[in-house]
Amino acid sequence: MSEKKPALWLRIFSYLVYLYIYLPILILVIFSFNTQKMNIRWEGFTLKWYEVLFNDSNVILATRNTLIIAFVATFVATVVGTLAALALQRYRFPGYTMTETVLYIPVIIPEVVMGISLLAFFALINLQLGLTTITLSHIAFNIPFVTLVVRARLHGFDKSIEEAAMDLGANEWTTFKRVTLPTIMPGVLSGAMLAFTLSLDDYVITYFTAGPGATTLPLRVFSMVRFAVTPEVNALSTLWVLTVFIILLTSQIIQKRQAQN
Amino acid sequence: MADVQTSKVKFSFSTQLRENPVAQGLALISPTFLYLLIFMILPMLLVAILSFMMRGSYGNIVYRFSIGNYTRLADTLYLRILAYSLGVGLATTIFTILIGYPLAYYIARAPTRQRSILLFLILVPFWTNFIIRIYAWIMILRTEGFLNTLLLNLGLINVPLDILYTPTAVLIGMAYEFLPFMVLPLYTSLEKIENAQLEAAADLGARPWRAFLRVTLPLSVPGMIAGSILVFIPAMGMFVVPDLMGGAKTILVGNLIRNQFLVSRDWPFGAAASMLLMILTLAFTLYYTRKAGFGGEELLI
Repeated sequence: MSEKKPALWLRIFSYLVYLYIYLPILILVIFSFNTQKMNIRWEGFTLKWYEVLFNDSNVILATRNTLIIAFVATFVATVVGTLAALALQRYRFPGYTMTETVLYIPVIIPEVVMGISLLAFFALINLQLGLTTITLSHIAFNIPFVTLVVRARLHGFDKSIEEAAMDLGANEWTTFKRVTLPTIMPGVLSGAMLAFTLSLDDYVITYFTAGPGATTLPLRVFSMVRFAVTPEVNALSTLWVLTVFIILLTSQIIQKRQAQN
Repeated sequence: MADVQTSKVKFSFSTQLRENPVAQGLALISPTFLYLLIFMILPMLLVAILSFMMRGSYGNIVYRFSIGNYTRLADTLYLRILAYSLGVGLATTIFTILIGYPLAYYIARAPTRQRSILLFLILVPFWTNFIIRIYAWIMILRTEGFLNTLLLNLGLINVPLDILYTPTAVLIGMAYEFLPFMVLPLYTSLEKIENAQLEAAADLGARPWRAFLRVTLPLSVPGMIAGSILVFIPAMGMFVVPDLMGGAKTILVGNLIRNQFLVSRDWPFGAAASMLLMILTLAFTLYYTRKAGFGGEELLI
């Protein structure tokens, strides 16, 4: 599209939308430093709620669970999903169209349906709900997203570099390790990042597959928010937003650097 | 002797793999295929079967075929919930188009180096947890919240507005949650429009508004449809936003399904409701993707 100067009303409207997007988060952050417990009016600056948060054993346990699930699910989904992306981009095999369709299920089926399906399935095979069932479920919804992202990156991949490596005497494994993998790595990393954030963020599917023992951060936040407004949640949210922002910014910078090289 | 034979078998297996692209493809795809078969397809089939079973008196499942769950869904109570969910889903979709279209248009027309920053800024808040985003709106909308305090202090109202725990609050929360799903596909299709096409329209005497209606708008329809699918489907099944922002008054299909599985423990009925939701969303997706003339591939990329 052209770079013609946009109309004034369009510019103002867009700024207002950005305000709409950021204002709630800004308020959240500001009120995490508020002395007043009911969080209605600004009364003074404090770091008390961060202290409360760091001493909240439930939150700490939930954070630990969330990270374990996210790391395991991301690792498995990234490996498996990348293989699938390679298969779909490069090969034709029986069941090709069917696999492609299956990969779109998490996009076109509401999460709640996936949640109850997994709940019913784990009940049927008598698998006790807990960290294992959550992780298994997260891997399931992450694989399709990793595959989609990696596949998009593979689209412009030049196969002749690989052939050149083979002609120079490299075997398949060396070619894969030295040529293919470094080339698709940015795609694999952004797939992994997407999987990690989806896993961190997931409430619905975790809710159905968690059982009574295992709590993740989103589940914990939900139960805190359900009954009362407390600045502790604001403190937790602020740290969360900050972490995500730093991760996203770093990955943007890394990608820019790579693009420049 | 036996060792030699196994190595021979291994050798021939690997040469076969090297020379047979179909086998290579199958080897690469099989982990994904098997995993999704076990943890996605089988569970969904199970729900389909479950929807034709009956509930026992203790919340157990009686394995006897019945279509009773589906006839029960035809009750006015459930039809009303369904209609209400459709309404909320459609309203959310329209709302996100109204907000998202001008924004996507603005980003698509921004100087190239600004575009990625503007898109990045839309995404950042949405990578944070979605319960947290709902909580932020609860803080703003509740009776003693930010909005009411502001309006009262400005003297615009005398009595605090009751927005939280109403359908309006649900709509605000949903639109906020799903806005990026609308903006991104819209941006992708708007960005693709060639400058030449707009110049041609201008050369032929079309005023900007007319050029917009005749050229830009039709060309952005695929993006709008992709965005609508990405917003409408999760909005239809959503139960967390109504739970937290709608109070007890707002029950959507998502809440109905959740309650059947976790509260009233009538799994077969909940399964039937899930099937209905799934069929509705699939029909919606198929209808619109066909209409726009594209496959699923363009949905996300």
